Amino acid sequence: MTGTEIINAKEPFRFYTRLHLTELIGLRASNLTQLVALIKEVPGACIYHHTHRFLQQHQYLSPEPPNDFAYWVSQILNEQELGEKLASIDTFQYSTIRSLREKIAATIEQYLKDNKLAKLRFAGEGAEFHFIKSVSFVLPTDYVVNNLKELLIVIKKITIDSIYFHMFESRLRLERMDNDFSNWIRNSIGNKELAGEISKLDPYTYTLDGLRNKLIVMLEKRITI
Amino acid sequence: MAKLEEYIPIVGQATIDDLRLLADRLKDKLVQHINSTPVGGGVAEILSCMVPLLRELGINTRWDVIKGGEQFFEVTKKFHNALHGRKEEISQRDFDIFMDTSNENIREIDTCGDIVFIHDPQPIALIKKKAQNKWLWRCHIDVSEPNQKVWKFLMNFIPNYDSAVFSSPNFSQKLPIKQFLISPSIDPLSDKNKDLPQETIDAVLRKYNILKDKPIMTQISRFDRLKDPVGVIQAFLQVKKYIDCQLILAGGTASDDPEGIKVIEEVKEKAKQDKDIHILLLPQNDIEVNALQRASTVIIQKSIKEGFGLTVSEALWKAKPVVASNVGGIPLQIKHKYSGLLCHSIEGAAFAIKQLLNSPEYAKKLGENGRENVRNNFLLTRHLKEYMLLFLSLYHGEDVVYL
Repeated sequence: MTGTEIINAKEPFRFYTRLHLTELIGLRASNLTQLVALIKEVPGACIYHHTHRFLQQHQYLSPEPPNDFAYWVSQILNEQELGEKLASIDTFQYSTIRSLREKIAATIEQYLKDNKLAKLRFAGEGAEFHFIKSVSFVLPTDYVVNNLKELLIVIKKITIDSIYFHMFESRLRLERMDNDFSNWIRNSIGNKELAGEISKLDPYTYTLDGLRNKLIVMLEKRITI
Repeated sequence: MAKLEEYIPIVGQATIDDLRLLADRLKDKLVQHINSTPVGGGVAEILSCMVPLLRELGINTRWDVIKGGEQFFEVTKKFHNALHGRKEEISQRDFDIFMDTSNENIREIDTCGDIVFIHDPQPIALIKKKAQNKWLWRCHIDVSEPNQKVWKFLMNFIPNYDSAVFSSPNFSQKLPIKQFLISPSIDPLSDKNKDLPQETIDAVLRKYNILKDKPIMTQISRFDRLKDPVGVIQAFLQVKKYIDCQLILAGGTASDDPEGIKVIEEVKEKAKQDKDIHILLLPQNDIEVNALQRASTVIIQKSIKEGFGLTVSEALWKAKPVVASNVGGIPLQIKHKYSGLLCHSIEGAAFAIKQLLNSPEYAKKLGENGRENVRNNFLLTRHLKEYMLLFLSLYHGEDVVYL
């Protein structure tokens, strides 16, 4: 293992955790026209929920498309092509929920324009798309670290909810532009290279445990235990 | 009763740490659960596990049960069936009986909790006592297509609650209050779900004269028409034309379910057709239920309607392959062909059971996936966490809450 000297941070890093509650908003869509209309009007917390739910519910699976819209369109409406287009939207590219929402809506609208018959497909009773939103509760944990070695120790044992918060929620929902680990490593530890490497990870293509392991490997390369 | 730290080997230390973090923020609140029965049925079972753990977390928690006579519970059973969409004759007299008993409970029950948590329709009218405290209504029933007469009656009460909780998005209705989605859960350390030694399993089979000489299909459920025990027998008979197997239908009745006895008689009559059908009445014998599930080759849950269908999670937790109806909360627990097989009819159930009995490797894989799905989404620790978040949501209206 190649190691570098342990540098203490200017500011300690406190781990937060994010726990969520699912709120039903009573809106449902039976076809693509209704779906796109509602995508444009529902709260941002709904778009966030439907583009991130899979990450937490199926963390034990190989990565699934982090997108409920894609799943419903292909599995329920049987519109495979649109399903693929929605699944392959590069969520990581978007730094705000607003821009992500616009991309999803535009993708569906374009498909409806190109495929006139698509609007005739309806979901069966009970299989409608239900809009749901995530209410996030952000709490500080007792874990505070001062250097990369301590960071590594905590990343190995912290809940995936905490990793999720620092990698996904802070960047997109709280619009911090980058994940919290990269921000801290860059600004408090001064290791721009490692910070950049973590920033470049597309977290949407890992399971949460896979992401944890990737971070562990990156950190282990840089410190001597 | 299991202590919190006993869950650590199953869910990890950090999950328990999170529960403590949340509980710290509810230390000054009295949470009061109110339902209609202390034993029998999923609600009482969950509260039996949850209340002691909430107390261990330092949250002052009490559990009260409303009182009601036979007539009241006959009416609430009719309400229950009607809310599930079954045709029922509901008269004004039924509503009067409901309100008479409700008024007695309103007089007698001290709703002193900072948070009063009402479970299901039976105690719903207690909301009339709402003061400055917060009130939650938890609907455990599939109300996707409710009888409008009963639903309209309940709407005299629901809007006065602070929030409502449902088990599936399909049950969500247009309401003027907030609605949350919280799935129920199983307790992996309860007698019904904990690991059992093989000797215990064998002893239970011996007790009921069940031999292990042929595959066992089992449905564990209250004897209730909505669980379709007769449909299970029909599916079994279709399977048996091709595969020699046996069927166990086991369960009890809840004290708030007067219809159960009639259903048992019907089922016994149908079961006379085949000596390999075992009808077992197991009132509150959780170890025996556990043993029967573990002894089974395939578990069935062929409900016509289902509030959630926790027996599915129980079976999956034991890594058993499950064939279940695509109703209520069941599709939340089973992703078709990934963690079990979903069906829509007796014929569909029979076909799926044959598939599993003839492909043991596939069946094994479905069971293993199902167990992981339950570990991640349907254990008591997740449920505890969400209930505490729900309590906190009563004091915070934002989409992102900093605690």
